[in-house]
Amino acid sequence: MNNMSGEIKELERAIEEIIHIAKGLGLDFYPMRFEICPAEIIYTFGAYGMPARYTHWSFGKAYHKLKMQYDFNLSRIYEMVINSNPCYAFLLEGNSLIQNKLVVAHVLAHCDFFKNNAWFRNTNRDMLESMSIAAQRFRSYELRYGRERVEQFLDAVMAIQQHINPHHSIKEPGPKKRDCCSERRQTPYDDLWDLDKPKGCSCGSGCHKKTRRFPEKPERDLMLFMMKHAKDLEEWQRDIISVLRDEMLYFWPQMQTKIINEGWASYWHVRIMRELDLDEWEAVEFAKMHAGVIQPSTKSINPYYLGIKIFEDIEKRWDNPSEEERQKYNRKGGEGREKIFEVRSIDNDVSFIRNYLTKELVEELDLYLFRRVGHDYKITDKDWETVRDGLIKNLTNCGVPYIVVENGDYGKRGELYLKHCYEGLELDVVHLEKTLPHVYLIWGRPVHLETKIDEKPVLFSYDGEKITKKFI
Amino acid sequence: MEGSSYIVSREDWSLHRKGELDQQRHREKVREAIKKNLADIITEESIIMSDGKKIIRVPIRSLEEYRFRHNYRSQKHAGTGRGDSKVGDVIGSDPSASGGPGKGKGAGEEPGVDYYEADVNMEELSEMVFENLKLPDLKEKQNKKLASEALEFRDIRKKGLQGNIDRKRTLLEVLKRNAMEGKPGIYGIKPDDLRYKTWETSFKYESAAVVIAMLDTSGSMGPFEKYIARSFFFWMVRFLRSKYQQVEIVFLAHHTEAKEVTEEEFFTKGESGGTRCSSVYELALKLIEQRYSPTDYNIYAFHFTDGDNLSSDNEKCVKLVNKLLEYCNLVGYGEIEGPYYYTSTLKTAFRRIENPKFTTVSIRDKNGVYPALKAFFSDKRENSTVRMMQSYEE
Repeated sequence: MNNMSGEIKELERAIEEIIHIAKGLGLDFYPMRFEICPAEIIYTFGAYGMPARYTHWSFGKAYHKLKMQYDFNLSRIYEMVINSNPCYAFLLEGNSLIQNKLVVAHVLAHCDFFKNNAWFRNTNRDMLESMSIAAQRFRSYELRYGRERVEQFLDAVMAIQQHINPHHSIKEPGPKKRDCCSERRQTPYDDLWDLDKPKGCSCGSGCHKKTRRFPEKPERDLMLFMMKHAKDLEEWQRDIISVLRDEMLYFWPQMQTKIINEGWASYWHVRIMRELDLDEWEAVEFAKMHAGVIQPSTKSINPYYLGIKIFEDIEKRWDNPSEEERQKYNRKGGEGREKIFEVRSIDNDVSFIRNYLTKELVEELDLYLFRRVGHDYKITDKDWETVRDGLIKNLTNCGVPYIVVENGDYGKRGELYLKHCYEGLELDVVHLEKTLPHVYLIWGRPVHLETKIDEKPVLFSYDGEKITKKFI
Repeated sequence: MEGSSYIVSREDWSLHRKGELDQQRHREKVREAIKKNLADIITEESIIMSDGKKIIRVPIRSLEEYRFRHNYRSQKHAGTGRGDSKVGDVIGSDPSASGGPGKGKGAGEEPGVDYYEADVNMEELSEMVFENLKLPDLKEKQNKKLASEALEFRDIRKKGLQGNIDRKRTLLEVLKRNAMEGKPGIYGIKPDDLRYKTWETSFKYESAAVVIAMLDTSGSMGPFEKYIARSFFFWMVRFLRSKYQQVEIVFLAHHTEAKEVTEEEFFTKGESGGTRCSSVYELALKLIEQRYSPTDYNIYAFHFTDGDNLSSDNEKCVKLVNKLLEYCNLVGYGEIEGPYYYTSTLKTAFRRIENPKFTTVSIRDKNGVYPALKAFFSDKRENSTVRMMQSYEE
């Protein structure tokens, strides 16, 4: 025990120093709560995404998978950091002091990102509490309505939980007033507008009630739409949809800033560690760990690697602009730091890559696109713009297919008509056919999904008994 | 202070078991899923080729978390090279698509292949499979001379060997006695308190069984047909082992002639030429006569073929099978419906045999193995009850 508190003392001294350095470098973060946890706990948090969340078997499955990888020494989660105020960071028990130093530096940069990146502006910083309270409520539903029922409903809602509108806080221009006649004339010439209106309005001035569409405009927030309009849901079921939607809204900014956020944190842990007085052994340990974290992969993009490389490149280009950049963009030079702080404030992965992944960088990092050809994965593209656009395509909408509610009263039978906004990426038909029954369970009436296969529009339907598919 | 504070803490997490609890629920779901898909799962190559491994991995597709997602296979993905990559370079391959049926080694490491594989305890799986299998109620064998003694601890006495002392019961006695004397507690063990576990001898009749595995290895039997037969025999032997102490298996391969072969040869070797099934029945009868006397062995004979027999031979087959039935507990005939279709198969000829010990099954695909096992190892009397109930309902 003595030894343990000695260790904590030492860690506290290190944290003090690191916080001091980080602030000196301009990082701005919330008060920090560092918590040292055993592996089981940190892997539990990893699987649930949060320390306290509702109960579901899929989290158990994820936990098992993570824990196995840890037990077999295949991967190690050194830390987990929560977007909250104060900011919680969980450190893996058994991390060495030097590992913890790197982790703390990394975590401070994440927290700076959470606090200052525009995409996080509307996240609920008390989510920890909200989730834990919701979990208790779900538990009470289990007791009241039966575990099976709650689980089955959760299965269904989780199947569509990614279909939210993350920009819900951006107010759409309110619907124009229905009754054109109530609009006040402001100028003597306002009657000119009436020329645009179709004839035959009941009010006699040229407008008429259009056949109402429901929803008025295609709605991308399936969760919200179903929560509001599914007819036969009970209160507790609407609550479950509402909670899962809030949680997804909370996680969404993290999902859309994976590369930029990890890049930012990796950029800073290197800078902060360089400021520390490390002995030879510590320096080697740090280098090893850093190399492990940013190791590139042939079959995927390591966000740590791509992120740190882009940040370093931006800094370089704004510190020492080329002649062309000086003239064309009026870059004075020496503005690297300032620039990367600006980038961390306003960009997400898509804009980060669109704006800052250059031709030189694509070539230097040897990025490519690959796809399955027969049984093999083959490189298909090396052209930098194609690679960049391919990356962006996969990151758009966090990689989730863009699906909207086209009609909530299809066939005037209250059926749900969804439409996949096809942009060249087909849906996984196996998954599609297994997901429709989940949607049906929530909606309570037949559901349809329009998508494209081989460039031909197809309608999948589920009526409670079987899936049908027809070309339209 | 500089305005921002920090705390380092270390809590006691020992009661936090959320992950474990949900994992348990997941495990329950895996079990349910396996039960529901037994027919599909038991022919998984990872099981049939498991070579006695205790834990095996089987893909469980029903436990995926389904959602609307893009088709990974047709999608392009980004990767990072070592500096010298070129268009057309192969950076990996999907092992799940190459090679034999259901191969999926290391699938998790490949991009996009993310179906869930569960670790299943072979014993547990066997239990689930055997739950629905029965050894038909047949006449007892005469081989009681093979009796063996078995010891079973199921009695408690006051006298016995020191080594067999029953601590829990002894302490209970102490507790009871002290309580009766008015001072409850565990102290002062007296000789009278001691309790010993004692055994009883029970006589078990060692029973042996032999499986006569017969397989048509003529040209028309391909790797698929052999795999089906192999899966069937794998489970058949396992099931019999759970019922008998000793199960032997002999492999008889045949085309127009039959011979005894090793297991290896049995499942891998292919021959060409026609088929004469009577040859293998003759060989089986000869073996029974020479090595596996029905008084000592419970004999289970099963023959797999595609049914493409010389029609002139069918009559003889019927006669020989009838003879086999005199010696065997069960005789089975499995016809694997291959890509060819024969109008006059051996199965048609076997329709004439009316003996509850004789079963014919047809198997079309991998999923047919489990129903075939169930058909073979079912209680025929139970079946007849079912039939009666049905007619009653009419």
